[in-house]
Amino acid sequence: MQWESSEARFQEKIDQEIKIEPKDWMPEKYRQTLIRQISQHAHSECVGMLPEANWITRAPSLRRKAILIAKVQDEAGHGLYLYSAAETLGISRDEMYDQLHSGKAKYSSIFNYPTLTWADMGAIGWLVDGAAIMNQVPLCRTSYGPYARAMVRICKEESFHQRQGFELLLHLSKGNEAQRRMCQDAINRWWWPSIMMFGPTDDASPNTQQSMKWKIKRFTNDELRQKFIDVCAEQVKFLGMTLPDPDLKWNEERGHYDFGTINWEEFWQVIGGNGPCNQQRLDTRKKAWEEGAWVREAAAAYAEKKKARTPVQQIA
Amino acid sequence: MIRKFYYGDYGESKHGAADISTTNQNKHEWPLWEVFIRSKQGLDHKHAGSLHAADAAMAIENARDVYTRRQEGVSIWVVESKHIHASNPDEAGSFYDPASDKVYRHPTFYDLPDELQYM
Ligand SMILES: [Fe+2]
Ligand SMILES: [Fe+2]
Repeated sequence: MQWESSEARFQEKIDQEIKIEPKDWMPEKYRQTLIRQISQHAHSECVGMLPEANWITRAPSLRRKAILIAKVQDEAGHGLYLYSAAETLGISRDEMYDQLHSGKAKYSSIFNYPTLTWADMGAIGWLVDGAAIMNQVPLCRTSYGPYARAMVRICKEESFHQRQGFELLLHLSKGNEAQRRMCQDAINRWWWPSIMMFGPTDDASPNTQQSMKWKIKRFTNDELRQKFIDVCAEQVKFLGMTLPDPDLKWNEERGHYDFGTINWEEFWQVIGGNGPCNQQRLDTRKKAWEEGAWVREAAAAYAEKKKARTPVQQIA
Repeated sequence: MIRKFYYGDYGESKHGAADISTTNQNKHEWPLWEVFIRSKQGLDHKHAGSLHAADAAMAIENARDVYTRRQEGVSIWVVESKHIHASNPDEAGSFYDPASDKVYRHPTFYDLPDELQYM
């Protein structure tokens, strides 16, 4: 009975839009759902650095290179904000890394696609960061305080990611024939994976309903996907390019764009580990982790030694 | 009355993050630090988030890279999370109760003529 009343009081707080903080009572399932969602989100930010890092050394100008480095560094920051938000729920950083490296934890399927040309840097900024923003803005009001605060910080930084990507494509779209072709080709390859980023359709998302009740999520996958498609269908016109969907057309009655069928078979294959770059991404992560081990150990040993030698420093 | 809880602690049943990452079982992991940032001269330091670092100097450097990439701060404090003591949310009702019935502590409690000036 004690449990029942705690649960009721918890739901009451949620309904009144009172944030849940780390030490507050929460249902175990809420805690688990958040750990899963936040850590997956953190993994996505970290793995998300890899496809773009691939082009840092080959950026066509110093300006573009500085921008790309800044963006990739932001994504590292996003991963760190989110890992520490997840840690407030009682999982350790190493446990989360373990889950990622062992393949137990999932991350966004989008980062398992290869970045074949420079135009992909533009398409990723516009579409991938764009889809991420669509997902992330409502998360700024999610019911768990540390997650919401991390998302506020992330959203402030994401806007430049999308704008630099669109600007890059805009430049290519005004370039020569080869540049325009490269631009269209990148859009063609990134469009469908981007709209898959919103996850399975509502009737195939088992977690959505409970997550809505707990206000972890504010909108369903399909609602956000539709919003994204509506926005992109207009934006692409500025590029003089097209989205690779013959069924994409404005539906006056619905007030939305209709779109073609998503290849869910591909989505599940990529999520399941069989995407074009799954193995490569995980191997890169693991290699970085293993090869950094001596640095972590040396720093820890140095800190121990210093602590033994010098008295605690008063800073404040 | 005030029980010790780590930042990020989750009730009794499960150890909090600071616990996990600073106990011996996980001694490989660098300890967790809480970061406080003064956004400009004249303002208080405000909690910004947390991060892992081997020592205080590294925590401050990491905090600069993680939390002030866009000039969000002019001063950083870091404190190892295990040193933070906090009030217990389960007792928040009774703990803060003594202040709830003392409306006379607010200036609006006092009924004075509208014509009275500079007060
Ligand atoms: Fe990000
Ligand atoms: Fe981003």
